[in-house]
Amino acid sequence: MAQRAKKAQPSPYRAPKVGEPEQSSIWRSLQFLKKYRNIAASAYVLAIAVNIFSILIPQTIRWIVDAGIIQGDMTILTWSLLGLLGLTVVKGIIDFFLGRWTEVVSQGVAYDIRNAIYDKLSSLSFSYHDQAQTGQLLARSISDVERIRFLTGRAILRLFQHTGLMVFTFVALLLMNAQLAILSMLLIPLLFYIAYRFGRIYRPLSLDLQHQLAEMTTVLEQNLRGAKIVKAFAQEDAEINRFDRQNSKWFALARKQVIVSAQHIPLLDFVASLSAVIIIWLGGRLVIENTLTLGELVAFTTYLGQLISPVRRLGVIIPAVAMASAAGERIFTILDAQSEVTDAPDAIALPPIAGRVRFENVTFSYFNQRQVLDKLNLEAEVGEVIALLGATGSGKSTIINLIPRFYDVSGGRVRVDGYDVREVTVKSLRDQIGIVLQETVLFAASIRENIAFGLDDISDAEVIEAAKAAQAHDFILEMPEGYDTEVGERGVTLSGGQKQRIAIARALLKDPRILLLDDATSSVDTETERLIQIALERLMEGRTSFIIAQRLSTVRMADKVLVLKDGRVAAAGTHDELMRKSGLYAEIYYRNLRE
Amino acid sequence: MGFSIGTTGVGRSGPRGTLEGYADKVEGRSFNLRVLWYLLVFVRPYGWRMLAAFVAMLCASALTLITPYLVKVAIDGPIAEGDIAALDDITLLMLLAATGLYLASTTQRFLLSWVGQRVLADLRSALFRHLQQLPLAYHDSHIVGVTISRVISDVGVINQLLSQGLITLTGDSLLLAGIVIVMLSLNAQLALVTFSIIPLIVLATAIFARRAKLAFRKTRARNAHLVGDLAENLGGIRVIQAFANEDSTSSKFNEVNQANRDAHIEAMSLSFVFLPTVEFLGIAATGIVLLFGGISVAQGALTLGTVIAFLGYVNRFFLPVQELSQLYATMQTAMAGGERVINLLNTEPAIKDSADAMVMPPIKGRIQFQNVSFGYRQNLPVLREISLDFPAGTMVALVGPTGAGKTSIANLIARFYDASEGALLIDGIDIRQVQQRSMRSQMGLVSQDPIIFSGTIAENIRFGKPDATDAELAAAGKTANVDAFVNELPDGYETEILEDGANLSLGQRQLISIARAVLSDPRILIMDEATSSVDMVTETLIQDALQKLLAKRSSIVIAHRLSTIVNADVICVVDEGRVREMGSHAELHAQGGLYADLYERQFVELAD
Repeated sequence: MAQRAKKAQPSPYRAPKVGEPEQSSIWRSLQFLKKYRNIAASAYVLAIAVNIFSILIPQTIRWIVDAGIIQGDMTILTWSLLGLLGLTVVKGIIDFFLGRWTEVVSQGVAYDIRNAIYDKLSSLSFSYHDQAQTGQLLARSISDVERIRFLTGRAILRLFQHTGLMVFTFVALLLMNAQLAILSMLLIPLLFYIAYRFGRIYRPLSLDLQHQLAEMTTVLEQNLRGAKIVKAFAQEDAEINRFDRQNSKWFALARKQVIVSAQHIPLLDFVASLSAVIIIWLGGRLVIENTLTLGELVAFTTYLGQLISPVRRLGVIIPAVAMASAAGERIFTILDAQSEVTDAPDAIALPPIAGRVRFENVTFSYFNQRQVLDKLNLEAEVGEVIALLGATGSGKSTIINLIPRFYDVSGGRVRVDGYDVREVTVKSLRDQIGIVLQETVLFAASIRENIAFGLDDISDAEVIEAAKAAQAHDFILEMPEGYDTEVGERGVTLSGGQKQRIAIARALLKDPRILLLDDATSSVDTETERLIQIALERLMEGRTSFIIAQRLSTVRMADKVLVLKDGRVAAAGTHDELMRKSGLYAEIYYRNLRE
Repeated sequence: MGFSIGTTGVGRSGPRGTLEGYADKVEGRSFNLRVLWYLLVFVRPYGWRMLAAFVAMLCASALTLITPYLVKVAIDGPIAEGDIAALDDITLLMLLAATGLYLASTTQRFLLSWVGQRVLADLRSALFRHLQQLPLAYHDSHIVGVTISRVISDVGVINQLLSQGLITLTGDSLLLAGIVIVMLSLNAQLALVTFSIIPLIVLATAIFARRAKLAFRKTRARNAHLVGDLAENLGGIRVIQAFANEDSTSSKFNEVNQANRDAHIEAMSLSFVFLPTVEFLGIAATGIVLLFGGISVAQGALTLGTVIAFLGYVNRFFLPVQELSQLYATMQTAMAGGERVINLLNTEPAIKDSADAMVMPPIKGRIQFQNVSFGYRQNLPVLREISLDFPAGTMVALVGPTGAGKTSIANLIARFYDASEGALLIDGIDIRQVQQRSMRSQMGLVSQDPIIFSGTIAENIRFGKPDATDAELAAAGKTANVDAFVNELPDGYETEILEDGANLSLGQRQLISIARAVLSDPRILIMDEATSSVDMVTETLIQDALQKLLAKRSSIVIAHRLSTIVNADVICVVDEGRVREMGSHAELHAQGGLYADLYERQFVELAD
């Protein structure tokens, strides 16, 4: 199973593939437009309308020059000017709706993609999150989505609009003077070629640049997190070298990108102005020969002038499309990731359980690196306390992670009340399991909300009752705002022992049939430890409990002790039985008793 | 391999920190001289490039202005007169102008962007260096994600200020000034009439800018919520799954997501009103040129070419005006980013080597506290008048409840913080008189949260001594009992560690950080809860190995497990910032005080 996860996501930044796949990621991004097809279609109709106005305006100007100014007819001049302003007002109104609708569509797409990413991430199992880097997931959900938003919004629309404008302009020019039109538009294909070439070179570069920035961020992040160790080992200089190396690599790429843009973007302007030169050169001749009016010549330059800014924007849009396609690829690697742990199509809701747990020949390995569990069998009766004992890496945590199906077994099966955990819905299973582990995550919310996490319709009285039972009530009341005290990143920082008691209160409130615990309370003082012990005992009453035992007091309390070694149960029984029959157990026990 | 539910701990809390980076309340002014001045310091090394870029920019602006004039000359001269040869000459001039413009703008673009990116890299490097000098107190009070966003995103925004802001600002201003001058010199009267539109543009821009500021501020706040919510939920994804709470967090996220979307649509809609307004004003200006120009042409006061040249200039006039009005928002965020970056660069390290600090001679290991008081915050003393004297080679165990001040004692020895009162001496030297690095390079630390860097296990163990041989590495690995699990990995010591050490259990990470300290061969070793998550069997093995290693060295050990403590030469019972009891296990046990009480309780627990 872990192998599959690896294949699905080999590296957050895959080497860009040439040709087909990049189109497909853009094509797939466009599928998000479906939901907004009506409003998007309306926007595209408006884009055509705007183009028509863009064609009409220079014609009006031409008319003003030829019929008004050159003929000296002031009535025509005045009226046609008013007409010109009228056209502009209507165009402005259309522009507004065009912009707004495009924005509604593209923001809607961004919204949908973010929701899709979010839902995907919350459905992906632990083995995905073990390998994924949070920072990069975040970057994808924020900046990559922004890029897709730009693509599905303005980018494609402008491409459409500008291409349309070019075609319309060409037709208008053809109607005025075919010879001049063909000659002045001759350079447009060249413009497209330059823009295309630019995009092709720019895309892999921008991908590399992003990748390199991510590398730098990683170096920085680790340095900051490890500030204490960096200082303690006086490794500041080595760290600076490490960062500077990445920084230099980044600059080398940035420099390449600068060169590519500096070569191509002004080139687009240059080609556009060549057209203007052609118009004056040939147009001037035609005017001299009287086959073209001066007004038409002005209209020609105005039309060409109108094309300049779209062409310039192509210089912006094309790299953006290129980046969007890279962004799309990264987003789709998330959206396409298969969760190993999904509800089977015929999964049933797990009925209220009594709490019997069985492992039948369970085999498991993380990331295919090493077999952690090897045909392990165990059985816990309702209400039994099972202590898991063993050296680091012997498989204790794995057993605990397999019961709520955070991972799927590689072989064998885990049964809860006789149901294979893969045959029931994940939600119905986890709803009946409580978990308290050593490192407790609190969310940036009030203490009350953290205790009632994941539960609906919980009264304050119930929260307080749970906190009291978890020995947390007293310290909570000492907080500045009691149960309403904000904790987490921007709030009060709680100590390890306090967090753990909040977690116990959380689990008590949930009232699960099966409990998974880690009794490692090593970094708290004896008094706190005693309080936690009391809270834990209360919590375990009448529930099937699995405890990763760190202390012998826990072991003595257990109905059954499992001594794990190399992914197997090396010995099982009560404390007394094990003392008699298991050398390994006796060794662990005596080593600590001796002192 | 332990993959516990809540391994978010320290390791994963980072991204949540970015929340504040994004939500930063600092809304910069659009012009902040201090920021610009400071940036100049970074630009100065590339002064001649900037100068060349500026010259190129001047050329580009001038060449942009020439084209409409050449058109006028063509219409009034050769075209009106039917002089084809002269028309060819002017066309050639236009061609040259276009080519010159291409060369000038390529040069300008290359130079300015180059400097922009170079300054960006330099700033990042400077920030990183500066961060290395800031004491731990800084890192305690600043969320990692926020600092990252200073170095990565805020600096990126400054580049925008430099490459876009500066180019647009100077380039467009130059162009505008040029257009105004040319128009005035072509025909002052027509020019002035045309300029009557300018106050309207200014008015429209002013109205828009005020509303846009509020609207875009709202989008930034909404975006911050979005990022914050996402980061937090990603960090806590395991807990969310464990409590099967996906649906409710998902609908909460949906709300935030929706608010973000709506704020953006509203803000952008403002632009969609503004841009057509400016365009309308532009056409109105064109209309004025045509109307008044037309009348003048009819009266013979103006040539047709001039009117057409005016049309060309009016066209070119409005693009920079639009760009400049949009620059406001860019500048505002860039200045805010710049201000944050500069504030970080200007943060004075609270702990600095004094100018005459000497190199710490080889440490023998005597540690003295002379009336040391200390607090992380003012008026909140953590240590009160502590006096201690441990001869070289002593193994000291610190015991006491959470918050008693044990870790603070360890932190002071490594001079992560300075004592607020009293002095701390190593081998009789006040540690404030020696260079920090020369002292710390002789110490080893195993901290409460094992910090693991990405890279291989070997690289992590070699962290403090990059040139250690494989044999030394293996020896350290054996001492710390790392080899027991490493040898079972297919790649052994060369195994790559995943982000936050996700493929290692907490206990394994602790073992690696012990090996790291052992390999650096410290004269003073500080172990702060170094084996709290290591199972009992392994812990005993490490204890035995360390015992031999530490025989002639000083060490400070903080632990709760008595098995770790009993062998210490001196046990200090710390409570409420004071040393309450001190002595060997036997002495303290016999004394019947706090320690004896503590011991009895754990002993009973273990034995009964």
